[in-house]
Amino acid sequence: MVHDTAPDEALRTSSGGPRSGGGARTVGSRPRTRRLDRQTFAAWVLVLPFVLLFVAFTAGPVLGSLGMSFTDMRQRDLRTPFAVNGVGFGNYVKALSDETFRKAAFNTAYFVILGVPLTLVVALAAAVLLDRGVKRFQSLFKVGYYLPVVTSIVAIAVIWRFVLAPDSGLVNTVLGWFGIDGPNWLASKTLAMPSLIAMAVWRNFGSAMIIFLAGLQGIPQTVEEAGQIDGAGSWQRFRYLILPLLRPTVLFTSVTTGIGYLQFFEEPLVMTQGGPLNSTLSVSMYTYQQFGFGNYGLATSMAYILFVVIAVVTFIQFRLLREK
Amino acid sequence: MRRTWWIYLIGVLGLVAVAAPFLWMVLGSFKTQGELLRVPPTWWPDNPTTQNYGDLFNKASFPRYFLNSTLVALVVTAGNLTFCSMIGYALAKLRFKGRDALFVLVLATLMIPGMVTFVPLFVLVTNAGLANSYPGLILPFLVSPFGVFLMRQFFSGLPDDLMDAGRVDGTSELGIFGRIMLPLTRPALATLGILTFLGSWNNFLWPLVIAQTEDKYTLPVALALYSTGQNAQNYGLLMAGAVVVVLPVLVMFLAFQRHVTKGIAITGLK
Repeated sequence: MVHDTAPDEALRTSSGGPRSGGGARTVGSRPRTRRLDRQTFAAWVLVLPFVLLFVAFTAGPVLGSLGMSFTDMRQRDLRTPFAVNGVGFGNYVKALSDETFRKAAFNTAYFVILGVPLTLVVALAAAVLLDRGVKRFQSLFKVGYYLPVVTSIVAIAVIWRFVLAPDSGLVNTVLGWFGIDGPNWLASKTLAMPSLIAMAVWRNFGSAMIIFLAGLQGIPQTVEEAGQIDGAGSWQRFRYLILPLLRPTVLFTSVTTGIGYLQFFEEPLVMTQGGPLNSTLSVSMYTYQQFGFGNYGLATSMAYILFVVIAVVTFIQFRLLREK
Repeated sequence: MRRTWWIYLIGVLGLVAVAAPFLWMVLGSFKTQGELLRVPPTWWPDNPTTQNYGDLFNKASFPRYFLNSTLVALVVTAGNLTFCSMIGYALAKLRFKGRDALFVLVLATLMIPGMVTFVPLFVLVTNAGLANSYPGLILPFLVSPFGVFLMRQFFSGLPDDLMDAGRVDGTSELGIFGRIMLPLTRPALATLGILTFLGSWNNFLWPLVIAQTEDKYTLPVALALYSTGQNAQNYGLLMAGAVVVVLPVLVMFLAFQRHVTKGIAITGLK
């Protein structure tokens, strides 16, 4: 790391050159430590606002949440958060043995296990399409595909409720052209979740696509040419030459997409309220509901279970996909 | 050449699929309630009406939500630009005790979900008397681990010679940061600024928890509550509301899109 050694050089030049303005004042004592003191002082000034805000609003609440998850804190304790009773792992036991929580965990797993690969495949296909095929208007396509990523999930969910509406919806109208009588997507126990997954893919693939595109553009042309000379077909070249080189990119996109999907919340809240019959209830949404019921201790234990799962899944992804 | 036409065809079909729900929203926002319920649905509004947008003003206070969202997003963006560039510079270019530990701590919190912190945060903010207030909406988001990471990466790429030159000229350490180094990070600041603004504009969970009366709602909170409350069947109003939430962001993104996509590629690959 180049920048680590650089301040040393600065110290050397300044202590060796007392004619310079800054050095002149400090030359009497020990310029080396003075300079370091000044840097330390400046560093603290620059770091302090962040550290204060970070401790108060991120680090503190992360620990607070952990502590709270071992108590019976409820809404009535809001003003006296420290006058609550410890319940050990009671909340965790309660959450894990709760039928509805298990259903929510299953739904979340369903959403992630189907949603992440689908999103990455569509993203990679779009990236390859743009990198290899679409040379003209490439940035137009890129921006177009990326558009849904920057929009509010709540607004998207509201729009998609109309897109998926049974009789007057866009999807069923298009299906009708082909003589298909489209179902009531969001009211069906079996189709509601795939509908939410389709919407998530539609909204999020642009983000991974941008990263894949950058990855593809970083692969030198000679790699493909070498494959061509060896007589590999275009699929073989992609599968055995390009894809292995994209490994770090696949790792990054699968981790970020996975972390995001494990927390899905707005989609069921706005589109289905978790229904029908809890078939789209997610862990995040159930956690939020428990908070709404005033069960703060229980809600934080559920959030921490989700947190641990996110950490474990991320770790596994790193293990599976890291470079050998 | 033979291959190109169908590649473009697939590309265009993809664009249509991405754009269709947005067009559906915009066209729907100009239809009457009766037309929105018609089977089969119409594409182009039969009798285009601005009634739904009028309702956003009269039946609901969307101008207020719009101002709330704008105010919160502007302050949050200003905070992130200021504080994240400060610490980003210190982490990249200054030597001090605990620097590496601090950076690792920041990185570790990149993946902490909002669900984990919101309950104690709610207790904290409520007891500080800041529930249902602008400071309550803003304070938890004034800094972000992502912003620190982005700025640190960018500062690391700047040459140290500039700092040394400043030191030789007798510029103070803070002066070197503010007058020499910071102006060079304009591209990174543009990226961070636009991403932070978009993130704040779309932020949902925390405003939903902390904004308790209508006058403090942000746009996504208002839209979500309208779409699940007694206005759930007022399709025209919801479509127009969605337009108001989405349109400013789309315009902003199209104006600054190069900063967005570049920033994502940089932080993704470094």
